[in-house]
Amino acid sequence: MLKFQASTGVMAYHLALGGTYHTFANLRTLLAKASPRRSGDELAGVAAASAEERVAAQMRLAEVPLRAFLDEPLIPAEEDEVTRLILERHDPAAFQPVAGMCVGEFREWLLRYETDGAALAAVAPGLTPEMVAAVSKIMGNQDLVLAAQKVRVTTRFRNTLGLPGRLSVRVQPNHPTDDPRGIAASILDGLLYGCGDAVIGINPATDDPAACAKLLRLMDRIITEYAIPTQSCVLAHVTTTMQCMERGEPVDLVFQSIAGTEAANRSFGISLELLREARGMALALGRGTLGDNVMYFETGQGSCLSANAHHGCDQQTLEARAYAVAREFSPLLVNTVVGFIGPEYLYDGKQIIRAGLEDHFCGKLLGLPMGCDVCYTNHAEADQDDMDTLLTLLGVGGVNFIMGVPGADDIMLNYQSTSFHDSHYLRQALGLRPAPEFEAWLERMKIFASRGNRLAPIERQHALLASAAVA
Amino acid sequence: MTDAWTHLREFTAARLALGRSGGSLPTASLLDFRLAHARARDAVLSRFDPDQLAATLRPLDPRTSLLDSQAADRAEYLQRPDRGRKLDAASRERVLTLAGNHDLVILVSDGLSTFAAERQAPPTLAALLPLLQTDGWQLAPLLIVRHARVALQDEVGALIGARLSLILLGERPGLGSPDSLGAYFTHTPLPGRTDAERNCVSNIRPEGLAPAAAARKLHALLTSSRELGYSGYRLKDDTGPLLDPPARSVLT
Repeated sequence: MLKFQASTGVMAYHLALGGTYHTFANLRTLLAKASPRRSGDELAGVAAASAEERVAAQMRLAEVPLRAFLDEPLIPAEEDEVTRLILERHDPAAFQPVAGMCVGEFREWLLRYETDGAALAAVAPGLTPEMVAAVSKIMGNQDLVLAAQKVRVTTRFRNTLGLPGRLSVRVQPNHPTDDPRGIAASILDGLLYGCGDAVIGINPATDDPAACAKLLRLMDRIITEYAIPTQSCVLAHVTTTMQCMERGEPVDLVFQSIAGTEAANRSFGISLELLREARGMALALGRGTLGDNVMYFETGQGSCLSANAHHGCDQQTLEARAYAVAREFSPLLVNTVVGFIGPEYLYDGKQIIRAGLEDHFCGKLLGLPMGCDVCYTNHAEADQDDMDTLLTLLGVGGVNFIMGVPGADDIMLNYQSTSFHDSHYLRQALGLRPAPEFEAWLERMKIFASRGNRLAPIERQHALLASAAVA
Repeated sequence: MTDAWTHLREFTAARLALGRSGGSLPTASLLDFRLAHARARDAVLSRFDPDQLAATLRPLDPRTSLLDSQAADRAEYLQRPDRGRKLDAASRERVLTLAGNHDLVILVSDGLSTFAAERQAPPTLAALLPLLQTDGWQLAPLLIVRHARVALQDEVGALIGARLSLILLGERPGLGSPDSLGAYFTHTPLPGRTDAERNCVSNIRPEGLAPAAAARKLHALLTSSRELGYSGYRLKDDTGPLLDPPARSVLT
């Protein structure tokens, strides 16, 4: 058991740069000022005041020993269970290979030829979110892509996700009133476009157990009727899903939005204990055929500030701390919903792209099966071309899964994500294939041509189109 | 290549069965999407002309007055929601001169969709004001506020001395709904009121909740709020389906 260091006696960080002497009051401030520019940090009042101050902070941060993040918790352990979790789970033996490094050296180590996937997987339990966030701040976009690409994180429930050369897709068949036939129609559209191996996951318009049970049964019926090697999820609050499990509804995965501070999680109505209990219930159902990764988490930069629970930290560091929460529960899927939060947190395409790459890198380095909702809202300075760019970069970086929304237009949540067509672009451009079990099903169902990875012509008589769900 | 399941479109407004060329979108679908996004962007970015809207609304209320939030321009408005929730100094002064014993103050703002304010606010108010006047409501002058966020009506309501405070403002545009208006009201408005203490009627546009129907719904809710002496989640709507669900978590 670790003894928690008192958060008093923090040191200031200094850097002389030409004629200017830069001072950063503590590690939290240094990290915030070193963070690449984004509107959410400016809104919170923690961002660098000038472009030079930002680089000065990055230069100073590069010299900070990784150990400092163990010695100086950004949020005191006494008042935050996420901090306690991070410190309790830190594995000193795994940390050993990088324990003597400072942040700048750590970046170089990540990029060395010799540092491969096995080395990164071995060191992951020794890394804390703050170390990973720190190094990401001094890495360029290409560094974030290259280092993430080395890490493969494989998870299983009814299929195998995250293998090299594979890209999976969540079918997101949302409907403004949860109309079962409308949702079924979108699910079929997705399946006929070869998508749905990550999960068939609905954001419900109404978060109550009876409404969610209807959706769970609908998806269970489709998955069973066509023997689809995939899993379903209603993205309701964890307590709603727990009620569904108590009532014997067919729950595959437990979903929850999570954040990087105890206070933000409290505003979501959750705690680590509650998540532990929910996971235990899902494991007891034993519905996974290939594995027991039963959790699905969503995150996104800015959620702590939005909940007024940021403790003066920057949004990217807090996002990385949410991954410490996620990894405690061996999830099947972790999805950073990067551009949904709006321009007051990520202003434009440039900020959204950067944040998506940071989140994917940080999550992967911490050992998580990262996917990304490559997305934006209509009041952000972004468009579909920005999403094409981020999608491509994440594909190169080896993202586990993306969203598949009919025509990229979510008519319930009113934002734009990626489409089934987008997944075919990425699969063609980079030679990526669906999860192996799902790929075999697509070929069996003659959705994919037998030459593989290409859509076959579908006749009106196709078995899926005879589904009772839309008859 | 067209898809064999275009008949599924009857069940949902989702962009189903778009067809494909290889695995990519057909040109028509691609441009269709781009047009919808262009309209949504125009709704967010087009210049809001408060004088023009005031001219339209003066026949309903000749006392109509103009205010500004602390957001200097559209870019600041988008990045600093806190400034959209507060009046600038000159506007505060103006509101204080209007203070009195009012049952209700109504504000109109461009919010996130200039088109929504221009197109839906006039017919909504044209239907709502006579209903309230018939019931004897004492209304403060109608106020048009540039670049407001929800919650600004609480500051204004407190300053002007109104028992209830209502704001109509443009909602974040969806791809198929660039001009959707939202209405939010608070009983005993005060700075610092939370979302749970407000009521909301959303999706006001001819293709959603039509302005006249929205006015009836608001009239019923405001009346009930005045009688019960509170607003927020405890207030039920007896005119039809229940109130809109509470605001979603940003992540779900």
